Order: sequence, then structure tokens, then C-alpha cells
Amino acid sequence: MKVLKLAKGNLDFFAAVVQQFGEVHAPVSRNGGFVFRRLQRWSEARLDYQRTILPLKKYFLPPRETLLRYTEPEGYQSCLEGLNRRIVLFGVHPCDVYALNILDEVFAGPYPDPYFQGRRRNTVIIGIDCLPDEYCFCSSMRADFVDHGFDLFFYDIGDYYFTLVGTARGDDMVLAAASLFEGVTADDVDRYKRRSAAKRQAFRLDVEIRDLPEIFEMEYESGLWEELGRRCLSCGACSMVCPTCSCFDVRDEVELGSRNGLRVRHWDSCLFVSHAQIAGGENFRRSRASRIKMRYYHKQRAFVAEYGRPSCVGCGRCLVACPASIAVTDVIAQLRETRNVPDR
Amino acid sequence: MSRIAEVAALQPAANPYQPHSARIVRIYRMVPDNALFTLRFVNPELAAAFRHLPGQFVMLSVPGAGEMPISIASSPSRTGVLELCVRRVGRVTSALYRLKTNELVAVRGPYGNGFPIREMRGHDLLIVAGGLGMAPLRSLLWYALDHRDQFERITLMCGAKTPRDMLFGEELVSLVDRSDMSCLLTVDSDPTGAWKHHIGLLPSLFDHARINPPRTYAAVCGPPVVYQFILRRLLELGFSKDRILMSLERRMKCGIGKCGHCSIGYKYTCLDGPIFTYWDAINLPEMI
Repeated sequence: MKVLKLAKGNLDFFAAVVQQFGEVHAPVSRNGGFVFRRLQRWSEARLDYQRTILPLKKYFLPPRETLLRYTEPEGYQSCLEGLNRRIVLFGVHPCDVYALNILDEVFAGPYPDPYFQGRRRNTVIIGIDCLPDEYCFCSSMRADFVDHGFDLFFYDIGDYYFTLVGTARGDDMVLAAASLFEGVTADDVDRYKRRSAAKRQAFRLDVEIRDLPEIFEMEYESGLWEELGRRCLSCGACSMVCPTCSCFDVRDEVELGSRNGLRVRHWDSCLFVSHAQIAGGENFRRSRASRIKMRYYHKQRAFVAEYGRPSCVGCGRCLVACPASIAVTDVIAQLRETRNVPDR
Repeated sequence: MSRIAEVAALQPAANPYQPHSARIVRIYRMVPDNALFTLRFVNPELAAAFRHLPGQFVMLSVPGAGEMPISIASSPSRTGVLELCVRRVGRVTSALYRLKTNELVAVRGPYGNGFPIREMRGHDLLIVAGGLGMAPLRSLLWYALDHRDQFERITLMCGAKTPRDMLFGEELVSLVDRSDMSCLLTVDSDPTGAWKHHIGLLPSLFDHARINPPRTYAAVCGPPVVYQFILRRLLELGFSKDRILMSLERRMKCGIGKCGHCSIGYKYTCLDGPIFTYWDAINLPEMI
């Protein structure tokens, strides 16, 4: 992998060059939080941000999107327009890059999703490293560093951004601003290593995920799920802010006075009572306890069986968003707790 | 190549959410609120090329109402049209019931694993259907009868509340006299007095069947009470847990492993099912 550095004073110039690769979107401050959105001016960008309210899935799986259009007599026709809009996401944290890599797997497979993949292909990812706050546990989830899924990745090493070039497109961006980038020295690498060690020391939350799938199986009937079911409001906020929750509902919306219409998909949540309900009223997860258990089971256990790792990246958004203060880190800690049984 | 990849490879690489217009060529009302819809793709090439495995399903679109998963009731060996047995039970099925012959719907698929035909070949086949359970099992029954040499003894056990509640009743009655299979039909009660077959609960048919569990695959579908009694009986007879096959029903919005609704434990009903073994059922939470 090509390794370079960019003087911090040159970042503005680089951002100007990047515009030729697509609309530049970056985190900006809004209502006391941060959101990713299209920049009006580069000066709006806040690369020192803490997590954005919504994750980047909104760019690839929009909260509402039209899949098909229905007209008579042509029938259903794909709506694939707009997937080629070129966007540069500038300043993506490692956990969010990791989450997109996970969604890539979900939307690939035997039936690739052309909507997700089309947008993904046309989006440039420029990552930036960060330091954890009190909600971050990405290091526990092995998502505090990423080795792929970005075109460029910037690490803050003082006066410079240590720059990893991840793709040919990333290399084109560097070459388009070749005079701004410099080679790295052994001292720069040392600075990077010190920064990396400091980051590792800065985490305040930690959970152990080894053998968690086994513990989930053993604690499947645990009373903890009933207790969480009593606290959970089934609001689905955790799913909406989760960078890897990708359940969706599909509905037909009909134009009044005709049978023409649209087939649209919307974000959905496994915490909603209708999630596993079939026509006729049978519901496989009627109780809130069974639904919150499903959410944890799917993220922390089922994904390991499917893809070899949990789908949680430890971004901390659900800890911030939950109105009932249910924290995945507490849930995992409680599942691992022992009940003072004497050793034999 | 995995079975899922194999099934996916049968379909064009275009938009997997894109259904294809199909015309309703026949509506055959069977028991109350259950009708068999015969469909033909409008595109003649598609109509000729469509292939499925027994036990697979399609996503059926009813314009203006939505899309739903429906198991394919016709045999893979009878091509050109597609038969779907649909119960009127919700919003989209009610919209379907308002359509008439010659009107258009749309179909994509086939999806799901289907029955493991390759493993089942050369074995006895026991098909057990209770209530409306025949809908997803009919494709297997006819596949086996159309490829009679691929299977040893074939036994069908089907039960309904009364004769008029038996799904595909006429068709099944016509199989009773066949010498190359054993078709056992029973009803809980016979208000008409015209029923010439067995009367009693579904499990009572085991008394009339010749079953050799070590060389038999059982395919079961029905309401929960059927599973409860039939599964217990099959285990008592010595069936291996991975030779008891069941077809499951779940909410589905995509049919292709993306929307998340049909997940059971770490399986997706649409990709890993809808045919599961009893061993899967024991190992996955909330399965039946």
C-alpha cells in the first residue's frame, strides 16, 4: 500500500482538488451533533467530529427509496436513475468504513443489490482516524482500524496527515494533487505508532467478544431478555442509527385514481411488532423480549456464523440513542456475568 | 457451487427486485378461501425458460397492493405455466382474489433451496400434509410421480377436517387407485356421508402405511398441531432428524436474503429455506 503524508496546511488545497471527483460531503455541526451532508463551503467541514447522528448507510440505503415503477400495461419497471451520482465522503471514521465493508457483504451474495452497489461504486471514501469518547468500543469489536474499504485514509500525526492510498481511484486523487503530498520518513512512522498506541489506551469501554456466540446459545433462555423486554420501548432508534442494521420494508404506493404506482423500500427494525408477523396474524416474535433478543442475537451471534464476525462495530450510536438507556456493552457484560456458583 | 449460488445462477444478472408480468390464465377455487392460480409469463421466452425445484417459492406482485412469497404448487416437470395455491388471508391476497382471468400480475424467482432432490433420489418418499400443508408439497408429489423411477416406494398421507376442506381433494382422490404409490386420505369427520376413504386424525394413517424409516425421506407440512404429532411419531418410528423435511412460512419482503424479515436464528428462510430439516428446527430458535 502506498504511504504518503499531507501537510495539514495543505488540506484545504487538497479538498479543492477532490471536488473534481464528485460532490464533497463531510461532517458538519448541527443541533449539537454532527451530520454528514453536502458542503456549501469547505470551512463547514468538522474533521474533528465525534460520531454523526446517522451512519453512512443513508447514502447507500436511503431511508426511503423507489425500487420500481408500475404502469399499465407495461408492468413493473426498475428505477435505477440517480445511482451514478458521484459523491466524495470526506472524513469517515474507521468504524463507519468497517460498517460499510460489512454492508457490502450483505448486499452482495448470490443476489447482488444494484441500488446499494451502484451508489457504492460511485462514492469515494476518504477516511480519517479519531480518538474514542465515552461511548466508543470499536476496539473491542476490532473495528478501530481498517485495512480496506477506503480510497484514502488520513491519520493525524501532528503537523501532517499520514496518508494510506487504498485504491487506484485514491491514487488518482493523490496524483491530481501530487505537489501536496510528500514521502514519509522513519520519524513519521514512529509518530504514527505513538498515535496508535495512545488511541488504544484511550478507550473507556471494553467488552470481550471471544466465545460470545457460545455464551449467547447458553444464555438463550436467560431472564435478562425478559428484563430488557420490559425496559425496551420498541422505538427502533437503535436500528435507525446502527451503521449495519439494514432491514427494510417494501410497500406499493398507488397513485390515487389509477392502478399506477411505485414500489418503495423503507428502513425497518426488528424491534417493531410487525417485523416477523405474517398474513393471518401469526407473529413469530410477538413479545418485546423476543424481539430485543433477536436484535442482539443477530448482530452478535448470527453474523459470526454467517460472515465470521459480529456485525456490531462498536460505534456507540445505539448507546447514545436509546431512550431507555439500554447499552449493548452492559448487555454483553451481563451475559458474561457468573452467578457465584462455587467451583467444584 | 453451493445450492444457493446454483439457484441464483439460473436467473439473469439484472435487477433481482424486478418482477416479470404474468397473466392469470385460470383461477380454480378449491376449498373456501383457497384457489389455485395458473399463471403464464407474458414474455414467451421467459414462459419457456422458467424452471424451478420442488419446494421453491416465488415473489408474487399484485399491482397496486404489493408483493408476497408464495410456494410453487406445480411440478417442475410441467413447464410453460406456473400454479400457485393462494389462501385469502391478508391485504395482498385479498387484492389477488379481486382479479379475474386474463388480468396481469408479476412474478420473480424462483427462490429458496427447494427439497434436496439429489439426496432424496433412490429413497422411499413419505409426504405428510395436514390442513393446507399440501400447497408446498404438491410440487414434490408431482415431481416424484413424473420421475417415478428416481424413487422407491411413495406414500402420501393427507388429512383435513371434512372432505370439502381437503386442498386438491379431487386430484388426491384420483391418486388413491394408483398402483405405483400409496395415497392415504383421511378426514376428521364426514358430514356428507359420501367420503369413501379414512375417517380419523392424520396420525391414524400410520396404521395403514408401510414405512421403512431407514430408507425414507419424510416431507411434512401443516399447522403447528400437525408438526407436534407427526414429528413425534416419525421420531418414534426411527426417522433420522435430518431426513425429516419441513417447509416454513415467514414474513418476506425481498426473497433474496436482504430485507431481514425471514431470519430465524442465523438462517434466512428465503435463502437457507424454506425447506429445513428437523435438525435445523431443533438448533434454531423460534423455528416452529
